[in-house]
Amino acid sequence: MPFNRLFYLALFSLLAGCGEPQQASNVDYDQVYPAVGGGNMINAMIGEPSGLIPMIAGESAASAIASNIFNSLLKYDRNLELEGELAESWMISADHRTITFKLKPDMQWADGQPLTSADVLFTWQLVTDENTRTPYGSDYKLVIKAETPDALTFRVSYQEPYAPALDTWAGLQILPKHLLEGQDINTTTFARNPVGSHYYKLGQWRNGERISLVRNPLATQGEARIERLVSRFIPDAASQFLELMADNIDTMNLNPIQYARIFPSRPDLTEKIGLYKELGNSYTYLGFNLKRKPFDDIRVRQAINYAINKQELIDGVLLGLGEPVSSPYKPGTRWTNPELQPYPYDSQKAIALLKEAGYADHDGDGILDKDGKPLTFEMLTNQNKQREMSAVLIQRRLKEIGIDARIRVLEWASFIGRFIKTGEFDAVVLGWSLSLDPDQYSIWHSSQQAPGQFNFIGYSNPQVDRLLEQGRLELDIEKRTKIYHEFARLLQEDSPVVYLYAGYGLPAIHKRIKGIDDPAPPAGIGHNSHEWYIPQPLRRLEISAQ
Amino acid sequence: MIRYLLNRIFWMVPLLIGISLISFFIMHLAPGDITASEASFDPRASEESRQKLRELYNLDKPVIVQYGLWLKRMATLDFGTSFASHQRPVFWQTTDEQGNVRKGMIQQALPITLLINVLSLVLIIAVALPLGVISALTRNRAPDRAITLFVFIGFAIPGFWLALMLMYWTGVVNNWLPISGLHSIGYENMGAIAQIFDTLKHLVLPVFISGLSGLAGISLFVRNGMLDVLHQDYITTARAKGLSENTVVYGHALRNALLPLITIFGLSIPGLIGGSVIAESIFAIPGMGKLFYDAVLMRDFPVIMGILTIGAALTLIGNLLADLAYAWADPRVRRGVMQ
Repeated sequence: MPFNRLFYLALFSLLAGCGEPQQASNVDYDQVYPAVGGGNMINAMIGEPSGLIPMIAGESAASAIASNIFNSLLKYDRNLELEGELAESWMISADHRTITFKLKPDMQWADGQPLTSADVLFTWQLVTDENTRTPYGSDYKLVIKAETPDALTFRVSYQEPYAPALDTWAGLQILPKHLLEGQDINTTTFARNPVGSHYYKLGQWRNGERISLVRNPLATQGEARIERLVSRFIPDAASQFLELMADNIDTMNLNPIQYARIFPSRPDLTEKIGLYKELGNSYTYLGFNLKRKPFDDIRVRQAINYAINKQELIDGVLLGLGEPVSSPYKPGTRWTNPELQPYPYDSQKAIALLKEAGYADHDGDGILDKDGKPLTFEMLTNQNKQREMSAVLIQRRLKEIGIDARIRVLEWASFIGRFIKTGEFDAVVLGWSLSLDPDQYSIWHSSQQAPGQFNFIGYSNPQVDRLLEQGRLELDIEKRTKIYHEFARLLQEDSPVVYLYAGYGLPAIHKRIKGIDDPAPPAGIGHNSHEWYIPQPLRRLEISAQ
Repeated sequence: MIRYLLNRIFWMVPLLIGISLISFFIMHLAPGDITASEASFDPRASEESRQKLRELYNLDKPVIVQYGLWLKRMATLDFGTSFASHQRPVFWQTTDEQGNVRKGMIQQALPITLLINVLSLVLIIAVALPLGVISALTRNRAPDRAITLFVFIGFAIPGFWLALMLMYWTGVVNNWLPISGLHSIGYENMGAIAQIFDTLKHLVLPVFISGLSGLAGISLFVRNGMLDVLHQDYITTARAKGLSENTVVYGHALRNALLPLITIFGLSIPGLIGGSVIAESIFAIPGMGKLFYDAVLMRDFPVIMGILTIGAALTLIGNLLADLAYAWADPRVRRGVMQ
């Protein structure tokens, strides 16, 4: 909603003249300080987790906090390559059907109990249990046998090779058997009082207000430096920003306006708050309903792709803080095909392609038509400012080449329930996450088109199907890379969706926090947050909590 | 009198059932259910597991059957548990076999909203009454004009904008008041007095903002009520009797002018438990408004129905109390009720 951008601009330009905040700081944030332990870091979150068992609570707030409490067998390193976390090593059998994880020795839960392969097996049983209300069970149900030959070995066997398996084991956070055995995982109070094995443990949870985590001295991955992480729940972004200005919180995620417009005009803020950029986790796209005319014609799809100026979207919607993508993977990582380039903005080519497809303005109303039908469609999107603004810019560019695109903005649940599930739409502006594992079977395979499944645009290409199937079976990383490069190339050519952009994550972090890896590696700014520290002289006057 | 009361209470039951029936159907008219939330639009989550959830929550059954199930539970005053993954009790805490207590969602949000709304009601009465009276007494002269202007500005100003401005001015520029939240980070380590002081400091802005628009309405109401009354014959009589101006205004006029306010306060009882989504979001306060709004977005039916039912019951009770208070305060009404 442009009103909101204007509002923030007006608000802050007005406020900029209101007199400077009274934080007379004479500390030098740029000085070099020794790395010491201790201190509190306070961050702001939009929402509150519903619980801290990640497989049950699906929302991002829950996983953000739970990822500080629980470990997985594997994790992604700074360059988004897999490495061991609880597992010291893993071995894939010659037939590619069995994976054996060797756990690190002498690991403990935060309550001092030993962490063994029995806990891993227990977690797998939980996630695959019919009574567990988790949406994430299907990947783990592919395991036909799971066993623990000894306390440090966990072995899983699959019916057939399953390449995304390692990624799924990086996504399953291991829960303590000794505390959860015999409990109903769906309603257990453990969800609000979890015991894990990672850098932090739960200190206090004030309902609706904040969660405090304290350092776990028994952490399996070594000790973190910052003593206490406090997450405050502040639903409103403007309030978060005021808290950041008043030095009541240390980190928040900025929006492009705050990052590119407000900060540069406020030297008193840039003096104490550092701004960072990291690769976004998702991309925005314009997706076509391929079962409807005119989108069943590849020339129309390509023409629209040529007619949309991606750089204009990035500049206008993200104020330049994003990049174009040409495959559904994080730019710069292994799975991105470096040879692919986004469709350039070329309205002449677009017009030529449409002409080839039989579209011309026969009746002279400025809109192309074919067989007496005008080339017109409706773009649906949900209430998301960036998507709405993108739709407006797209609408204008399409108008130029004679396509009449209308925009309709809907509340999320209606959007999904009435249009996506039923397939009653022409085109959508939506986002998909840039997955770490390249397997995107559920999004692009032709078998995934039933109502409620994720190939709702109805994409079907036998070649792509074959590649997606091969990619799931292939465990050799080089061969797998080739498969997905080829998959991305075909997808780009077919243009079932127009990749619009991937926005950057824009964290702002107070300069009292040191040890930050800048520029951020592909894994994001937080990848080494356990190494961050707050030098003594820079700490807030702290009333330390219990 | 007793008969009248029993009669009123008796008729509240079918009324409540009717309200809940309509609420239930309207709620189900909106497309989507809990399994269509934004968080569940995740390729890792399979459609089968969503279907499983739907069956678990009886969402696959016809709406009328779902309503019957809900009504059956409500008959035992069981508000059920939330559809959200934490499955917390909607209304009041429950204790499981191991003695673990799970707090109810309304139980936790209600006291906060109630505190803010009661405080802002007190603020409204304390400020609006004198303003209205002064306004009426100085009708069409400078004080009246100034008050009316002030009141209209207060009414017209967008609450969220003023809230942000005040947060910036008192919190960022001057550091007088906290910006958002209900308690400071070190709250647990403070003494009792400091804790109360800390909470009050956090409440200043939310109470002021939520009271502001009510202020305008009530003071205009008092002003107009006073003006009506001041033109009545009995006021002229009182003046003619030679009563002092104070006795005329406060003893005769004001008491009569306040009668309609009883209705207004009776009607504001359900409002006491409904928080404002905008104020609560801006000030990061976990109250009823945010609870209801989030429940609607998530299609968390038990929570929506719980809040609506309690709100409906309170509205009916508020009406009843207002009628009773009327009868107590106004002999003319009392006579009507007795007959």
